[in-house]
Amino acid sequence: MDWSALKLSLELSFWTMLILLPVGIFLGRHLAWTQFRSKSVVEALLTLPLVLPPTVLGFYLLVAMGARSPIGQAYESVFGQQLSFSFAGLLVASLIFNLPFAIQPMQRAFEAIPQEVREAARCCGLSPWRILGRIELPLAWPGILSALVLTFAHTLGEFGVVLMVGGSIPGETRTIAISIYDRVQAFDNQAAATMSAVLLIISLAAISLSYFATSRLGKRHEHV
Amino acid sequence: MSDGLHLSLTQDSPIPLAAQIHCAPGEVLALVGPSGSGKSTLLRSIAGLYRPKSGQIRCAGEVWFDSARGINMPTAARRVGMVFQNFALFPHLSALDNIAEAMLDYPKAERQERARSWLDRVHLAGLDKRLPRQLSGGQQQRVAVARALAREPKVLLLDEPFSAVDRSTRESLYHELAELRQVLNMPVILVTHDLDEATLLADRMSILNVGKTLQTASPDQLLAAPKSAEVAKLMGMRNVFTGTVVRHEPSHSVIAWGEHKLRVRLHADFEAGTEIFWAMPTAGVLLMPSRSRESETLDNEIPVRIVTMLALGEQYRVTLQVGADRVTMNVPRHIAQRYALAEDQQLSVRLRGETVHLMPIEA
Repeated sequence: MDWSALKLSLELSFWTMLILLPVGIFLGRHLAWTQFRSKSVVEALLTLPLVLPPTVLGFYLLVAMGARSPIGQAYESVFGQQLSFSFAGLLVASLIFNLPFAIQPMQRAFEAIPQEVREAARCCGLSPWRILGRIELPLAWPGILSALVLTFAHTLGEFGVVLMVGGSIPGETRTIAISIYDRVQAFDNQAAATMSAVLLIISLAAISLSYFATSRLGKRHEHV
Repeated sequence: MSDGLHLSLTQDSPIPLAAQIHCAPGEVLALVGPSGSGKSTLLRSIAGLYRPKSGQIRCAGEVWFDSARGINMPTAARRVGMVFQNFALFPHLSALDNIAEAMLDYPKAERQERARSWLDRVHLAGLDKRLPRQLSGGQQQRVAVARALAREPKVLLLDEPFSAVDRSTRESLYHELAELRQVLNMPVILVTHDLDEATLLADRMSILNVGKTLQTASPDQLLAAPKSAEVAKLMGMRNVFTGTVVRHEPSHSVIAWGEHKLRVRLHADFEAGTEIFWAMPTAGVLLMPSRSRESETLDNEIPVRIVTMLALGEQYRVTLQVGADRVTMNVPRHIAQRYALAEDQQLSVRLRGETVHLMPIEA
């Protein structure tokens, strides 16, 4: 059992989830309620990581973050270390390939709030921040929770992108999914089985929580 | 002129608007028109939920919107109480909290107490912990009204507030609103497409079509003297026809309608020979034979043929063929039975000339 890989995976999942929470709320809410000309293009781009092979996405991210790319060079000049094959680089990649998992459920949740209800809140004299905190977030929270859980579980299990961008540096970029692959390559099926079981249990729990939250959302929006 | 609500808006697109309304404190003004006539847009403009292209909205001495001066006060600052068509209660908050949410000006401790007294006033005492989905349609509507009033608004806006409840609930809500309005001292604007509802609840009605306020007057005035054939038709008047002014006598005017000459209320402002629209309420058509002599009243006896008889509750709506036109009258069921009215029957009716109103034919 590779504890450091599990710890790394959990850390990566946690930070991805935490950073995508405000991003998802802002973008999901914006996409749910505003109409703009390039909306379908933006939505398509945000969905792209869902259909793109992870190796393809990973390849482009690697090129974009590599030591010779402008992004990679800028990062190196500020932080004094390489972006690709580092935890930070892995986190950036993770944020990008998780965008659809975070944004879509949140967008659906905000879309389910009737326009009249938001307008009623404005007529009641509520400030935009109070409307967000008192009306919108409580109504959308099952969707938000569902998005977070999906993001968490998905990051935990991602393999292709992580391998392309991060490689398999112990304690830095070797996540549990990579570690399982390494163990199998080394004919250590026992360790691979243990880690697979751990991942299975965590993922199962996460998805159950997500479905539970979604069904709560459905109930909340039933009228009369 | 700082009293009440003044609105004057114009725009060509996306929704055409050419509206002027004024509503005094304590007055109920109904905005009436077919769907798509812009009545909800006017209401949303007052609330600041819609921004029209040009015009002015003033309420209680404050300028809420003035396109010329670039003023557009945000909704939250306008102090409007709005009751939405589907009530728009906050689904996750209890009845009490829904109302308390509109009273953020008061300290937190006081809100609950005040919200509870509002629940009492709308006859919902004891239901304070219920969520909106645990309330009936009528109860939800009352919470919505209480929430709107708890805001202590400068104008109360009602957007088709009775369309989402069943008929019997609506009747009792009418009574409650009529009671409540005795104590309300702000302008009340009611949007509805239901003429009966408007007639029942409003002091004055503003008739709208395609964003334009055509005429504003009391329901009685609108029915007796619509400004145009368009207003008459929007007021639900069925008997609107064309005719020609023949001459004016000292006490009445005479108009030609097909082959008939009708003696009608004096309308000296139309010159003889002018083509006009004329309108008459269904109550202007009488079935019974005249006992008084024709010369003493403005009754006009006309031979007709019954085309259709439609049973509507306690009365029949009877359509009569007169020349090329069809006249509608309402006959109570028992009268229709006594006279043995039947389709295709030939008979004479009296058109009461004093109920006939003449209107210009617009170019």
